Amino acid sequence: MSPVEMNLEARFDAYVAEEKKIEPKDWMPDAYRKTLIRQISQHAHSEIVGMLPEGNWISRAPSLKRKAILLAKVQDEAGHGLYLYSAAETLGVTRDQMLQDLHAGKAKYSSIFNYPTLTWADMGAVGWLVDGAAIMNQVPLCKCSYGPYARAMVRVCKEESFHQRQGFQVMLNLAQGTPEQKAMAQDALNRWWWPSLMMFGPSDADSPHSAQSMKWNIKRFSNDELRQRFVDMTVPQSELLGLTLPDPDLKWNEERGHYDFGAINWDEFYNVIKGNGPCNKERLGARVKAYEDGAWVRDAANAYATKEAARQKNANASTHAA
Amino acid sequence: MTESQHFAAVLRLGDDALVLGQRLSAWCGHGPILEEDIALSNIALDLIGQARNFFTLAGQLENQGRDEDALAYFRSDREFQNHLLVEQPNGHFGDTVVRQMFFSAFALDRCAFLARQTVNADVAGIAAKAVKELHYHWEHAAQWVIRLGDGTPESHQKVQDSVDQLWAYTGELFTPDDVDTACAEAGLMPDLHKLQSTWRDKVVACLERATLRVPEDGWAHRGGKQGVHSEHLSYMLAEMQVLPRTYPDATW
Amino acid sequence: MSESKHEWPLWEVFIRSRQGLGHKHAGSLHAADAQMAIQNARDVYTRRQEGVSIWVVPAEAITASSPDDKDVLFDPANDKVYRHPTFYKLPDEVNNM
Repeated sequence: MSPVEMNLEARFDAYVAEEKKIEPKDWMPDAYRKTLIRQISQHAHSEIVGMLPEGNWISRAPSLKRKAILLAKVQDEAGHGLYLYSAAETLGVTRDQMLQDLHAGKAKYSSIFNYPTLTWADMGAVGWLVDGAAIMNQVPLCKCSYGPYARAMVRVCKEESFHQRQGFQVMLNLAQGTPEQKAMAQDALNRWWWPSLMMFGPSDADSPHSAQSMKWNIKRFSNDELRQRFVDMTVPQSELLGLTLPDPDLKWNEERGHYDFGAINWDEFYNVIKGNGPCNKERLGARVKAYEDGAWVRDAANAYATKEAARQKNANASTHAA
Repeated sequence: MTESQHFAAVLRLGDDALVLGQRLSAWCGHGPILEEDIALSNIALDLIGQARNFFTLAGQLENQGRDEDALAYFRSDREFQNHLLVEQPNGHFGDTVVRQMFFSAFALDRCAFLARQTVNADVAGIAAKAVKELHYHWEHAAQWVIRLGDGTPESHQKVQDSVDQLWAYTGELFTPDDVDTACAEAGLMPDLHKLQSTWRDKVVACLERATLRVPEDGWAHRGGKQGVHSEHLSYMLAEMQVLPRTYPDATW
Repeated sequence: MSESKHEWPLWEVFIRSRQGLGHKHAGSLHAADAQMAIQNARDVYTRRQEGVSIWVVPAEAITASSPDDKDVLFDPANDKVYRHPTFYKLPDEVNNM
């Protein structure tokens, strides 16, 4: 690193430490740019892959009201993916490049979406737990040091507030419904609880990028801190539903002022990341198929735009000539 | 116009909207680009909203205690009275936008009439909102047909095939049955023959701008309004209705 | 894997949230042409009635000031304190001026 760069980097660090925002054309260390591109594109991929497990139930939603709500929610996720891709594009990467990386298996997305949605109750559990965990992760990002990411997250969080509420309402209706419905809700909770806790990522000691991201004000709280907050928030909600969290070790710890909970099966977590989750192939396959099936459509729109531009130019030229 | 014809006319408006909305919602997550996923979902949401309004009103007219969900989830394919056009499968993106263009051109004019008529003020109220939505659906679909038709040689061929294939389902839109005739005479529904000429003008203009050939009028498939559908509808309903039919006592 | 030769261009979207306010930057999106950009902007950025008017601008048509010029461009206004009303101390009797 040259003395000039060292000077720039020192100024950058001081600037970020003062809680000031970095904007796209400002100088930034390469590693900061790379970290952001990796994180924002992963986040965007999670939104669009995340459309699939819930999209799976749009056609079978049990009432027209539920159908409209679910469709609007999944559509919002497309919007959130779009805002996030846009934020990443301000860092000098194109959406197409990011999609190529996703399709080639080079880019990651949240592994929670590699689990299947087997019953309607999964729409409740996903909204309540998965969106709940996502919001826990996302709210601090609204104050992230990179302006476009922070602004995208403000918009996302504003729109997401209905997502968790609708999920909880689905669960509530099931929990208060027929015995079959209640069993359906409990089954969904059993399957989604542990993967939701894994969404916060590995323990701080095993999280490779955490420390640097904290220093750069990209990350505000540790994975374990957020996970604990999520558990503390969710336990009373599950009691309100009259459902049981599938963890025999779960109990209130008076001394800590938090709930203690059982050990997370990190083997499962790393296995799903490696591609061995129940739906990894289907999820990625669906994204690749949509992209490839859409190629002729995108090309046609480009070709038409080029022709139209030429026709306009000719029309203008002949007007001027006359 | 008998009471049951009045009911059937409103029910059919809901059936068209629901079946097409259900079809379009399947694009969510699978469109050619993210922006288009969002656009098609918006159109599907408009249609599902229209269906809910028309079903609720139909239930009130019928006065047998059926609400929007009873009408959507507890009728068989033989009881659905939507046009055959809207139940045709999504196919590729070109098939979807041609189906949408054909239907929106028709539904927009029908809806404009419904908003003006004074026989049923509730219908007019629902239609006044829907007409703005349908206008956008028409614009969106027509622009896509033009882009694909006047795009690349590949897209031109694909969308020409879509037009040729779906054309045979457009005749039904303008073939009145007893319900249509009675409701038109009563002033509730438009005269379908009159709608046909404006529909044709709009659609032909769109196809010409898209450099596409207008198919010859040949055989027109029909039967939807009598509940005699293509094979596709029963599968769609089986999927759509599975939960309420499996758990008839449950509320969601 | 098929790779689209050209990605659709990027557009910046500006929304007027209600009559009487200026257009404000909302975000960006991809579209093949201007008409599509307007429609996409409507679908992406006004799903919750956020707007009454939309501008779309091809991102490449925007000329931006350079952050390196920030000091040169904006610091000179620093000492023009007399442009601000609070610079002028007037007798209390002259209130609300």
